[in-house]
Amino acid sequence: MSKEWPLWEVFIRSKQGLNHKHVGSLRAADAKMAIENARDVYTRRSEGISIWVVESNSVHANDPADADAYFEPSDTKIYRHPTFYDVPDGVKHM
Amino acid sequence: METYTMSNFNNEELEKRFQEKIDKEIKIEPNDWMPDAYRKNLIRQISQHAHSEVVGMLPEGNWITRAPNLRRKAVLLAKVQDEAGHGLYLYSACETLGADREQTIDDMHDGKAKYSSIFNYPAVTWADMGAIGWLVDGAAIMNQVALCRTSYGPYARAMVKICKEESFHQRQGFEILTTLCKGTEQQKAMAQDALNRFWWPSLMMFGPSDSDSPHSAQSIKWKIKRFTNDELRQQFVDAAAPQADILGLTIPDANLKWNEARQHYDFSEINWDEFWQVLEGNGPCNKERIAARKAAKENGQWVREAATTYAEKRALRKTA
Ligand SMILES: [Fe+2]
Ligand SMILES: [Fe+2]
Repeated sequence: MSKEWPLWEVFIRSKQGLNHKHVGSLRAADAKMAIENARDVYTRRSEGISIWVVESNSVHANDPADADAYFEPSDTKIYRHPTFYDVPDGVKHM
Repeated sequence: METYTMSNFNNEELEKRFQEKIDKEIKIEPNDWMPDAYRKNLIRQISQHAHSEVVGMLPEGNWITRAPNLRRKAVLLAKVQDEAGHGLYLYSACETLGADREQTIDDMHDGKAKYSSIFNYPAVTWADMGAIGWLVDGAAIMNQVALCRTSYGPYARAMVKICKEESFHQRQGFEILTTLCKGTEQQKAMAQDALNRFWWPSLMMFGPSDSDSPHSAQSIKWKIKRFTNDELRQQFVDAAAPQADILGLTIPDANLKWNEARQHYDFSEINWDEFWQVLEGNGPCNKERIAARKAAKENGQWVREAATTYAEKRALRKTA
């Protein structure tokens, strides 16, 4: 077997105004083929109006094993949320 | 995908945390730690599932050019195309576990990996397209709906997408049979004949009986499977029996009877000898199916190579 086609991650915008969202992956020789194949397999029922493809080995990530510690600083800072604050009764538009 | 590690736990601690996550219905994602056996078990199940989607295209693909009218032809074509997509979603899910896609495919071609035994039965009449949609896709749906809650994230997401697409597959099959059953006597006989041939192989799709299913207990503990083979098979019989009544067809099982106490249909014991024979490669179409898949891979080889060369040349031209 000759060289395998690279793996691509597929992102689809389902409609104007929404984010592109990861839907899956596929193999293709190049970006153009990846986009065409993504159209054929991931948008057969009007699931999208825009496709991004990214070569999988270009995606970098944090280690999920450390996720608890890694994201802990944001859990402890409850004063970042509006519900942390006391607002006197009768105050409007705040 | 690359990850950046900050710390390490020992294996025992990791295994404990893993099972806790499973028990709490937290999905396992590709880069999460998992026991080797969990990974292996999943690769085996998902690749087997992927192979089934792909081999499953053969009996129906055979009828696309002979569909009785343009509507049926467009529908069958769309269904077969969906199955190709299902194969892709599943091979992709398998790859997230570190499996080599081409290797898993070669394993099937070499007889080392299985696919659903149902596709080793021939589709000899147009009514078989009806029976396959109704029963074979029906059985697959039963299994796949349960798998939408499987513990491995990419597998579960693939199942959700597949289930959405499957829902028309069973209906189009049932519609074919409804039409035949309302037709001439010959047409109805054709529908009955298809049911006679596909009923038992469809029940076998759920796999060996729980007592003979080696991976079952561990798969349930890890929530790879959410129901046992026998539980799903019973669900399927309970759903299909009244549907056969509506068609006016007779399920080929003299012992099929509603059991008021159990609130389920009773049915005869499956011919397990036939099941194992087909699984071992001795079904009516095993050799033909594998030969077709091998030919597809071999005959497409030059196309894949040409695409690679073209992509390389274009990349070179861009940097030049
Ligand atoms: Fe499918
Ligand atoms: Fe299907």
